[in-house]
Amino acid sequence: MGYPYIPNTREIREQMLREIGAANINELFADIPSQIRLKRKLKLPPAMSELEVKRHVQAILAKNTPFTQMLSFLGGGVWPHHVPAHIRSLVQRSEFLTSYTPYQPETSQGMLQALFEYQSMIAELVGLDVANSSMYDWATSLGEAALMCARVTRRQKFIVPKLIAKDRLSVLRNYASGPGLEVVEVGYNHRTGQLDLKQLRAELGGDVAGVYIENPSYLGFLETQGDEIAAAAHKTGALFVVGVNPISLGLFKGPGEYGADIVVGEGQPLGNPVSFGGPSLGIFACRDESKLLRQLPGRLIGATTTLDGKARGYCMVLQTREQHIRRERATSSICTNEALCAVSAAIYLASLGPRGLHDLAELCASNASYAMKKLNMIKGLRAPIFDAPHFNEFTLTCDDTHVSIQKLNAGLLKRGIQGGKSLRAEFPELGETALLCTTELHSREDIDRLASALNELLGGKG
Amino acid sequence: MSYQQARWVEPLIFELSKPGRVGWTLPEKPRERINVPKELLREKLELPELSEPEVVRHYTRLSQMNYGVDSGFYPLGSCTMKYNPKVCEELAALEAANYIHPHQAEETVQGALELMYMLERCLTEIAGVARVSLQTSAGAHGEFVAMLITRAYHKSKRDDKRNQVIVPDSAHGTNPASAAMAGYDVVTVPSNARGRVDLDALKATVSERTAALMLTNPNTLGLFEDQIIEIAKVVHDAGGLLFYDGANLNGILGRTRPGDMGFDIVHFNLHKTFATPHGGGGPGAGPIGVQKELEKFLPVPLVEYDKKKGRYYFDYDRPHSIGKIKGFYGNFGVLVKAYVYLLLMGGEGLSEVTEAAVLNANYIMRKLLGVDGYELKFNPSDPCKHEVVFSAEPLKRMTGIGAHFVAKRLLDFGMHAPTYYFPPIVPEALMIEPTESESKEELDRFVEALRTIAEEAKSDPDKVCSAPTATAIGRLDEVKASRQPILSWRAYRKSAKG
Repeated sequence: MGYPYIPNTREIREQMLREIGAANINELFADIPSQIRLKRKLKLPPAMSELEVKRHVQAILAKNTPFTQMLSFLGGGVWPHHVPAHIRSLVQRSEFLTSYTPYQPETSQGMLQALFEYQSMIAELVGLDVANSSMYDWATSLGEAALMCARVTRRQKFIVPKLIAKDRLSVLRNYASGPGLEVVEVGYNHRTGQLDLKQLRAELGGDVAGVYIENPSYLGFLETQGDEIAAAAHKTGALFVVGVNPISLGLFKGPGEYGADIVVGEGQPLGNPVSFGGPSLGIFACRDESKLLRQLPGRLIGATTTLDGKARGYCMVLQTREQHIRRERATSSICTNEALCAVSAAIYLASLGPRGLHDLAELCASNASYAMKKLNMIKGLRAPIFDAPHFNEFTLTCDDTHVSIQKLNAGLLKRGIQGGKSLRAEFPELGETALLCTTELHSREDIDRLASALNELLGGKG
Repeated sequence: MSYQQARWVEPLIFELSKPGRVGWTLPEKPRERINVPKELLREKLELPELSEPEVVRHYTRLSQMNYGVDSGFYPLGSCTMKYNPKVCEELAALEAANYIHPHQAEETVQGALELMYMLERCLTEIAGVARVSLQTSAGAHGEFVAMLITRAYHKSKRDDKRNQVIVPDSAHGTNPASAAMAGYDVVTVPSNARGRVDLDALKATVSERTAALMLTNPNTLGLFEDQIIEIAKVVHDAGGLLFYDGANLNGILGRTRPGDMGFDIVHFNLHKTFATPHGGGGPGAGPIGVQKELEKFLPVPLVEYDKKKGRYYFDYDRPHSIGKIKGFYGNFGVLVKAYVYLLLMGGEGLSEVTEAAVLNANYIMRKLLGVDGYELKFNPSDPCKHEVVFSAEPLKRMTGIGAHFVAKRLLDFGMHAPTYYFPPIVPEALMIEPTESESKEELDRFVEALRTIAEEAKSDPDKVCSAPTATAIGRLDEVKASRQPILSWRAYRKSAKG
């Protein structure tokens, strides 16, 4: 049987072997020492026809329950949103989909311009002049931001809030371990969740490379002290780094407006499906200052002109920061990034526009607000646990009941509802608490359904 | 056959904006008041405003000014630009793959876990390793994690002197960059006259400070490191680990395995060898495989199967693990595509992939050897593997026209350029990787194009130097672009005003 992806048939290959003067195909592999030659066939499933593969893989995936078939309140780093149909149809255009990194600008203008537009829209959204054309995800963007702060300031300490996702913190620690950066956690006000400024000021000194906060925070509340944190960091010569959910920026000020030097975040909600957490889209933006630009990781697309100066065009720029030129002195080893997810984000933002993004963010926040109100009415439940403004995620605690979040979630699941993420392992000090998320996917009835299910589970009347 | 890429004078999307236009709809109006202090709210947001048909036309036109594998021959060396089967896209786009959340209860994502488990099994067999982590997003990410594992390994042996990683002078730039990111000093070992690692130089380089050697095999010259057994012995005897850069795995599938060659850590590029599309730069996936002794250091979680319960689960209980290296479990969407590809090909199919790819590269090597202007820098009687590196030095000597111009002129023939000026040890390098996806006719056309360009370089050098002319745009001022970088619409407007 032939393979549909190999055009040269056995006969043609025999002919080619003859033309190049090889007796058989094995001659071309004679340089592999016999001791290490594989003398058996690879033990893999036998090839299947396209139809069989389709049935087989569909059957495996059918064991999943996608959140389109149940009611889910999960967020926590990736967030479910509606992806307008035209986005997938455009990014699936095979000239985009099947191209490599745009090393040849003359034949890759389409991807280059789309990425330039992505950079431009992200820059606008976060309130800075420069964004790169993507990193792997939020967590790795954060890791790279810490490394960049250390290179720019030649200092070795990076401050983070205690209330960040432990998985993200773990990624950060791995990135920081290369040059041996110290990652220091700063606590929070137990009533409001806000960063403990007193502790921050005590930690700040001539050895701190960067201060990181998330806004909205991992637990959904807004950090209202952005200006003060920026000022405190800058006073000691540290850079100020802010992590964002970009959808929130339809409503809220871009971090550049309150002093951020670097902004990172997760771009998945901008037109990319949740997809079990990947592919994702690492946002990375910074101030337009040569001291920072020189240390920026990742690929940058710039506007230029043709050599004759007549037409505008786009190409990769400042490549001397990158691994293929600078090797061990590169700002990062990243090469393959998440370009196509960035194009999705560009198309998404262009489709929503300022009004759409504002209304979307408002709807997400309004749903969370409604959900908190409803859940608070249930005896024994409290949402949120922090007294602060929230975006579209919030904490729910059942500490005053005799049941655990795990048990509540199991009960919800039996009713076709995926509850919030338990924070038990990450923040035991928060007790029996979960993190919930609402977006435009949730209707008022959906939230009512959650509330009545919880009420029922806690022994109230349905 | 003449070629002309679409050439739109397409403004930036910001320039197409008209106030009040909308390209999407919301299910309902917000009903709750949001209690947020006014000083946190933004006043303006200058995103473009367009209707859906305008957005669709704009990005359709942009796509037409882009060149992919589906457009034609893409012999970009080291990038394995093979055809990406469409059924992989279709299955990866199913709701059951796209609309699952990483924090969902395990019983609701059994299909995803099973798929990851099965893919891991396939990859361990292909590479001859004990376990594979699917968490890493790309090749360089895999390399970086491999270096973190290397460090964890030496640390576990209480061996803290090992601060050097050795890379050949022909290595991909990501290798030294990844080693440096992990905190290692990089030591370069030269290639010998045969285009392979200089074994004596390697022997002189290894020491009690050697943490690892990073090696691509076949190497970036497309040549098999035939002294790999000796190389492995030298590194292992010195107490170092051997890391396999999987960029060139397409050259050896089913013939030999990195694990059998003696490698301790291996990374895969699913977006190269296993046919997932590269998306203009990504997303990819760069799983890493390790031998038994290093298994415990892999990132958490790994997918396990509980036979008693008949259930797959994430195993976080791995106390020696280096921890997390990406927010969630990897680029799942890409993993689905790679698994579909593996099922389509099967073990024998993968062997045929390698045979066809290697034959295609050798065919180009033989055919191009007879063309005046190009030469091989290493013994031409050695077969190459999946790619071949020619030098355009003779052409440059004769006409002043080197690899860069040859590559640009090739675009006018409706083909993508090979990788050029890489690897750095070959002057005027043209690194050609045809993959198994190309027909003999296409290869002939490519060789003919290179012959034509060599002739043009002598008879009509201006034509070559002013190329490309059949692309969406002509040669760009890349020097200016980097000297005065304009990186966003905001910056563009400022520069236009300034």
